Amino acid sequence: MATLKELSQKKEVLTGGHRLCAGCGHGIATRMVLNAVEDPLVVSVATGCLEVATTIYPYTAWRCSFIHNAFENAAATISGVEVAYRALKRKGKIEKDMKFVAFGGDGGTYDIGFQSLSGAMERGHNIVYVCLDNGAYMNTGIQRSSATPFGADTTTSPAGKVIPGKQQFRKDLTAVMADHNIPYVAQASPHNWKDLHEKARKAFEVDGPAFLNILSPCPRGWRYNTPDISQVLKLAVESRYWPLFEVENGKWKLNHRPKKYVPVEEWLKLQGRFRHLFKEENRHLIDKLQKEVDRRWDILLERCGEKKEE
Amino acid sequence: MVNTKKVALTGNEAVAQAMKQINPDVVAAYPITPQTEIVQFFSSFVANGQVDTEFVTVESEHSAMSATVGAAAGGARAMTATSANGLALMWEVLYIAASNRLPIVMPVVNRALSAPINIHCDHADSMGARDSGWIQLYSENAQEAYDNVIQAIRIAEHPDVLLPVMVTMDGFIISHALENLEIIDDDAVKEFVGEYKPDMHLLDPDNPITMGPLDLYDFYFEHKRQQAEAMKNAKKVILEVGKEYGKLTGREYGLFEKYKLDDAEEAIIVLNSAAGTAKEAVDALREKGKKAGLLKLRVFRPFPYQEIADALKHVKVVGVMDRSEGFSDFGGPVFSQVRSALYDLKQDIKVVNYIYGLGGRDIAEEDFAKIFGNLEKIKTTGKIDNLVSYYGVRE
Repeated sequence: MATLKELSQKKEVLTGGHRLCAGCGHGIATRMVLNAVEDPLVVSVATGCLEVATTIYPYTAWRCSFIHNAFENAAATISGVEVAYRALKRKGKIEKDMKFVAFGGDGGTYDIGFQSLSGAMERGHNIVYVCLDNGAYMNTGIQRSSATPFGADTTTSPAGKVIPGKQQFRKDLTAVMADHNIPYVAQASPHNWKDLHEKARKAFEVDGPAFLNILSPCPRGWRYNTPDISQVLKLAVESRYWPLFEVENGKWKLNHRPKKYVPVEEWLKLQGRFRHLFKEENRHLIDKLQKEVDRRWDILLERCGEKKEE
Repeated sequence: MVNTKKVALTGNEAVAQAMKQINPDVVAAYPITPQTEIVQFFSSFVANGQVDTEFVTVESEHSAMSATVGAAAGGARAMTATSANGLALMWEVLYIAASNRLPIVMPVVNRALSAPINIHCDHADSMGARDSGWIQLYSENAQEAYDNVIQAIRIAEHPDVLLPVMVTMDGFIISHALENLEIIDDDAVKEFVGEYKPDMHLLDPDNPITMGPLDLYDFYFEHKRQQAEAMKNAKKVILEVGKEYGKLTGREYGLFEKYKLDDAEEAIIVLNSAAGTAKEAVDALREKGKKAGLLKLRVFRPFPYQEIADALKHVKVVGVMDRSEGFSDFGGPVFSQVRSALYDLKQDIKVVNYIYGLGGRDIAEEDFAKIFGNLEKIKTTGKIDNLVSYYGVRE
């Protein structure tokens, strides 16, 4: 694979000057994914932060073909572009090879766009769908989604006097997508650039649909110290809240096994959205989340054919 | 004139036949009664290699329109088809298709909207989409539906227009009824629709474009203004294409059809299949020496307000037939538009509204005879008892 130096010299598809917040994961993750592609691209982006911050008319930060259709249909839209490509290429009207990728936040992917995503994946289009999971509807002002972690304080699951934040565990969308039996599914984090780069490369190389779920911190929603984004990501992985794994043609593989047991609390305490959980009366909620993280980790180990921890 | 063939087809078969002859690059569609057969017929064309189309079996109408938008944005000639709730599910993306100036052609088989659920004909579906920025062509019968779908490609893709077109026909009444019609040669259709060559599209990597950006108060309004201008331009293009199609087939199309209207004193305005029934009533009344006439609207978007006013300026009473209820308490959508179009004449033309046929309730020749009777009464007494009435309903 390419070295970091080589990658840093590649012409960026998403240019600077866009208006994503400082310390936002979306720009970093998107650039890393697009860095893994050599062919010309068509990008479809769901309504959300990435779209509104990069295409304020008459400006665009995209050096490739770009389409934004609506919130819930980035997958259906890119599937339409991909079939147009197939039809026109067959007729000799297009010569170059091209790649097709959709980006959506967790709102546009886990929730409102879930049907569109599932349909496009089942139909077997040669597309890559990338979810930039920041765990809430950040673009509309931090409302909970089905990707929001248990206990998190959002504007629609506020940490109140009676209800202390979000009451449900997050949907395991990566596993749901793996159950679509598509050629490639992976979960990644931008702090591990090598792993992410390799996964993006594989996703674009397979013949058929691929799905990448990438953790993408939001400084406004998560309330961390913005320069610490990499540390926040690293602890999400080390605490096993966000394991790095891939499912290649049905075969599950764990890509990173933390060397020591890091309690999820270590990740939570970096973020203001979990501050209320550290009050004495809410400590039991951290235990509850920890139990669920441990339970899911064990299931993942089993799927990946890894030995359970002692 | 081109080679033609007389065939017996249902409305759905006729539309599917037109789509086959157009041979679009992409069709993305989802089945819904009464449109389902179009999707089925087209699937068999694809399965049997009779078209070169990439057929996308989407999981919903929302995705049907979304994928069609993607395909059209990719520079493909893209089509879909739907009815009723399927059209309603597309709603959001209808506006996006029109606003992104994508020349998509979509047959709509008119069916009542839920609730209560009903699979039969009325125009609530396409009338609900009247302000979505789509051109709307209405078809009386299978022949017109076939002809309209072929012409729609040329209208949509015209550089002065670049707007999507909806071609409607009445569910079951036309979609499932067998009719003798004339179809033209495959080659003639191919030549008439020509090759689609968009100026800009997503599959031109040397000229990347950004489509569908965030567009705020500094430019959004200008883009809407351009879109309005395109809809205005559509009128001229619809007429040009209708004339050219007439030269080819002997069937010329305009904005509407006038039937015994030039000397009429009582006139009915009606869309789609009921026009055929109403014409029978006009003929019978004419035999009795009554001055009955009819205007069958083909183009509802753009709305030909000046032409309609001109065609009706000599009429004393107009009965506007609406096969949908707008719940405005001011009659159906055709009524309020026609009535407004006549305002500038400053003539005392009485205009009344009849809401009819909701959920597929039949309307017969004798019903139109009764309606013409009402119009004649208004003419002689000068009095309107009900500006808006519901015809054929139990109250």
